[in-house]
Amino acid sequence: MTVMTDHAPRARPAPTAIGGSTAEAGDYLALLKPRVMFLVVFTALVGMVVVESTVHPIVAFAALVAIAVGAGASGALNMWWDADIDAVMTRTRKRPIPDGRVAPGEALAFGLTLSIGSVLTLGLVANWLAAGFLAFTIFFYAVVYSMWLKRATPQNIVIGGAAGAFPPMVADAAVTGSLGIETAVLFAIIFLWTPPHFWALALVKSGDYARAGVPMLPNVAGPDETRRQIWLYTLVFVPVTLLPIPLGFGGLAYAVIGGATALAMLGLTWRVYRIREGEEAARAAQRLFGFTILHLFILFAVLLAEHGLGLYRAVPALVIPGMA
Amino acid sequence: MARAGENHDAHEATPEEREAEAFRKRRRGRSIALAIVLAALVALFYAVTIVKMGPGVLDRPL
Repeated sequence: MTVMTDHAPRARPAPTAIGGSTAEAGDYLALLKPRVMFLVVFTALVGMVVVESTVHPIVAFAALVAIAVGAGASGALNMWWDADIDAVMTRTRKRPIPDGRVAPGEALAFGLTLSIGSVLTLGLVANWLAAGFLAFTIFFYAVVYSMWLKRATPQNIVIGGAAGAFPPMVADAAVTGSLGIETAVLFAIIFLWTPPHFWALALVKSGDYARAGVPMLPNVAGPDETRRQIWLYTLVFVPVTLLPIPLGFGGLAYAVIGGATALAMLGLTWRVYRIREGEEAARAAQRLFGFTILHLFILFAVLLAEHGLGLYRAVPALVIPGMA
Repeated sequence: MARAGENHDAHEATPEEREAEAFRKRRRGRSIALAIVLAALVALFYAVTIVKMGPGVLDRPL
């Protein structure tokens, strides 16, 4: 007699039941976390344009594809490892593995194959520094974050955030063969953006994370401490978003828009810090979460427009001498 | 049991047959997606080869 111990809902028969995969092509695409992939491609592209390399566009495009696939591979490995907690969170229970559309083994094989393929491809089309960096990024997300940190410490997303912040540096390495200050600043922006972004979400979804046993800060240290940490990280994050201006790769548009969005970020975070009770508190956290996405997108889009579309106008008065 | 006048050729698919048909459909979708990805990869590697090695890539002593 077979005893079903799986608590996950099964939309389709298990893949082994009829001797092959029952997944649709779209299920494999979902394993790659397409929205995260888009963010990775976008930030990596900005990393490529701010360093103004002379690499051929086809090579740059191929490098970008490899970085995107590497990001997708780490997403698949993350879904393979986290299938048990994905099954109990409302936000993730429809993912391909907990929903029974893709077998865990398939996801693991898919993720490993794409990891190796993307690293080798980046090494062949660009260089082995970039390839090594991509391999480290995949390892950092799939092993350091997913396997070691996520279920062990409320600092999971602080340290794990590095994985999401590496792509501009990988792209820099791919097109220049080295690492520069510009993409180190982009790394710092994404790295410091991650805690306020995820903790704003965790304030609203703390029940989900608690059910899954993931020690997010609101569950471990309480919402008040989370608000304090969000505020402190924002106080560091906001000045860092303005660093491209004195370093000379953020021009006039970046100074204006970056300044305005910095003020908005401070204002929304202050509201989250001050309003702690009732519907209004949840709305403030929700609004901050939404704005953090917009904020990062705007900053990177302005840099892309300035360097990719030739809209860069220098602001010599704000640049540290010798940095332009 | 079939009723009088019913078309005996019209076969109503059993749940197993429907499942097998759905399985074939999904497998076909996966095969097509894989073919597209492979074709794109071939085109990309071809373009990168030409860019990195130039049009004289085949013009070399064996």
